[in-house]
Amino acid sequence: MEALTASQRETVRRILTRMRDRPGPLLEILHGIQDHLGFVPGAAVPLIAAELNLSRAEVHGVVTFYHHFRHTPPGRHIVQICRAESCQSMGAEGLAEHAMRRLGVEFQETTADGAFSLHPVYCLGNCACSPAVMIDGELYGRVTPARLDELLAQREPSK
Amino acid sequence: MTTVYVPRDAGALSLGAEAVARAIARGADSRSQALRMVRNGSRGLYFLEPLVEVDSPGGREAYGPVSAADVPGLLDAGLLEDRPAGTGGPAAKHPLALGRTEDLPYLKSQQRLTFARVGITDPTSVEDYVAHGGYRGLERALSLDPAAIVQAVTDSGLRGRGGAAFPTGIKWKTVHDQAADRKYVTCNADEGDSGTFSDRMLMEGDPLVLIEGMTIAAVAVGATQGYIYLRAEYPHAHRTLIEAITAAYGAGYLGSSVRGSGKRFDLEVRLGAGAYICGEETSMLESLEGRRGEVRVRPPLPAVKGLFGRPTIVNNVVSLSTVPVILERGAEFYRDFGMGKSRGTLPIQLGGNLRRGGLVERAFGLTLTELLYDYGGGSASGRPLRAVQVGGPLGAYIPASQFDTPVDYEALSGIGALLGHGGIVAFDDTVDMARMARYAMEFCAIESCGKCTPCRIGSTRGVEIVDRILKGIEPGANIALLEELCETMVQGSLCGLGGMAPFPVQSALKHFPEDFRRARQ
Repeated sequence: MEALTASQRETVRRILTRMRDRPGPLLEILHGIQDHLGFVPGAAVPLIAAELNLSRAEVHGVVTFYHHFRHTPPGRHIVQICRAESCQSMGAEGLAEHAMRRLGVEFQETTADGAFSLHPVYCLGNCACSPAVMIDGELYGRVTPARLDELLAQREPSK
Repeated sequence: MTTVYVPRDAGALSLGAEAVARAIARGADSRSQALRMVRNGSRGLYFLEPLVEVDSPGGREAYGPVSAADVPGLLDAGLLEDRPAGTGGPAAKHPLALGRTEDLPYLKSQQRLTFARVGITDPTSVEDYVAHGGYRGLERALSLDPAAIVQAVTDSGLRGRGGAAFPTGIKWKTVHDQAADRKYVTCNADEGDSGTFSDRMLMEGDPLVLIEGMTIAAVAVGATQGYIYLRAEYPHAHRTLIEAITAAYGAGYLGSSVRGSGKRFDLEVRLGAGAYICGEETSMLESLEGRRGEVRVRPPLPAVKGLFGRPTIVNNVVSLSTVPVILERGAEFYRDFGMGKSRGTLPIQLGGNLRRGGLVERAFGLTLTELLYDYGGGSASGRPLRAVQVGGPLGAYIPASQFDTPVDYEALSGIGALLGHGGIVAFDDTVDMARMARYAMEFCAIESCGKCTPCRIGSTRGVEIVDRILKGIEPGANIALLEELCETMVQGSLCGLGGMAPFPVQSALKHFPEDFRRARQ
C-alpha cells in the first residue's frame, strides 16, 4: 500500500477533524476525501479507523461496499455511461462498446495517458433522453457515438 | 422588462439548456434589451427541451426545442419584446413557437397536484414558492393537533410512492405513537430505478415542496431532525437542495422555531455512494449511520427503531412532496382523484424508446396504451413497441397484448407486474428479452448487498444459466433450472432486491419464450 503524501495526510486530517463529531460521519468523511484527493487511498483507512474508533476492517468494508468510492487515482476526466434498461432500449450497449473501442479501455479502467476513466453507471435519471452519459458531473442526453466523440474531444482536443 | 424562463433541470441541461441561457443573456445584452431570467425546473416535456418560456399577459409562451444556434433568430423575431395584452408575442410566428405553455396538449390534460409548481417557479426562492401557494399546508398543519395531521394523511389514501405502496398515514401514526427522546424524518431520495426521474425533477424543480412536506411530517410526529438521503448520481439535485434548504432557514421555515411555532426542525442532505440497495429503507438507514448498506431484519420496523435506534419516518420524495397539497386542500380533495385503492394522482415517468418521453401526473387509472401512444407518441425508432418494463429493474416485462392494463397498484399486480415508483420503459421489437433477463440477474449480482445467499449467489448463477441458454446449451433443462432458481430467490431472499430481481426474468420467460429458444453466436 502506497503511503500518503504529506499534503494528502493533511487533507485527510483536516476532513476528519471537521466531520468526526457529526452523527454517522463515515460516508461524509469518505466523500470529503474523494472530493479533495480524487480517490480514497488505502493508506487513509487506518487514520479514519483510529479517529472514529472503528476497526480497519470496518472502514475497509464501507469503502469497498459503495461503487462510488475509487481506490486508485482517476483519469483527468471521468466518463460514466448509463447501462440501465432505459438507455439500453436506445442503444446504450452500442455506445458503451464504441467508447471502449475509442478509448482502448474496458469499464473501470483509465486510458494509458491518464486522460479518461470509463465507468458504467446504473441510471442517471435522464430516462426520457436516453442514452445518457455523465462526464465530470455534466449530464448529456440522447448521446450518439458521434456526439460522444465530440464531447471527449472538447476535453482533450489532442485525442 | 420581459421575463424569460430557461430550465436548470438536469435533463434540460443534458440537451443544452445552459448554452441556450448564455446565448439569450448575451444576445439581449448586445441588443441592449432588458431581461429577467428565471432558471426554472422542467415542465417534464423532454421532447421539447430545452423549452424556453416568456411571460406574456395571456400566459407564458413556449418555444422549443431551442438550441443555442436558434437564439439569434428568436431574438430577431422579437422574443424579448413587450407583449400587448391579449395578443401572442411578436415571435409567435417563429417555427419554434408552441403557443401558450398551458395549452400544450401533453400538459393541458394532466392533473398536477404534486408537480403543481415544477417548471413554473424559481426553485430556490421562498418568496416565489409562497406566492404560488407554497407553505399553506404547513401553516394549516401548525394550527392542528399532531394527531389530526396524521389523520388527514391517512384519510387522503396516500400510499408510499417509492414503490412499496404502504399507507403513509399508518407509518406516521406508528412514529407518532412512540415515546422517544428523539425522532427522525428521513427522505429516501435514492431514486435508482431505471426509467424513473420524478424525484429528481421535484428536487431540482420545486425542492421547497419536499422541505415543506418533511417539516409537516416532523410537526406531526414530533421529530426534530431530518435527513434527505440523496443518490450521488444526482449532483444537480444536490446543489438545488442545498440552496433551497439555506433559503428555508433564512426565511424561518427551518431551524429552532419553525415560523415562530417553538417547534425545532433541522434538515440536511446526505449523499449516498452508488449503491442501488440503499433505496431499500433499512439499508438506507445503515448507510445514513455510516455503515455498509446491508439490509436489516424486520422487525423492529424503522417506525419503531430506525435511525440511530430512534423512531423514524422513511418516505419517498414524491410521498413527502404530496403532503403539503393534502394539508392545504384537505384529505377529501386528494382522495377524490384515482380509482379503487389507488387514490390521488401518480407522477408517471415515460422513458426508453418513446417519441415523447416525459412526466405525466394524472389520477390513477390511465391504461398503458394511453400513456405509451397518446402521451408517448409510440416508439422513438418508429418500430412497433414490443414490451414495457414498469417499476424499475425489479419490475416485470409486460407484452403489447397487455397494454390495455390500467396503471394502478391492484391492476398491475393482477397481471403479475408492479407499479413501483411509476417509471415505464418502452422497448421496440429489436429487444432481445433473453438478454434483458440476463441483465436483470447481472444487475442483481452487481448491486446485491451480500447479506443473504439466494440474492448474492443466486444472481451470479442466474447470469451463468442465461449465458448457457443464449449459447443454445440444453435450453430445456436450463430454462427449467432458471425457473427453479427464480423461485428460490423469490422465496428465500431477505429484501426486495433478491426477492424481486427474478420478476423481469420470469415475465420474460412467460411472455417471450421464443427469445429463449434461439441460440446466439
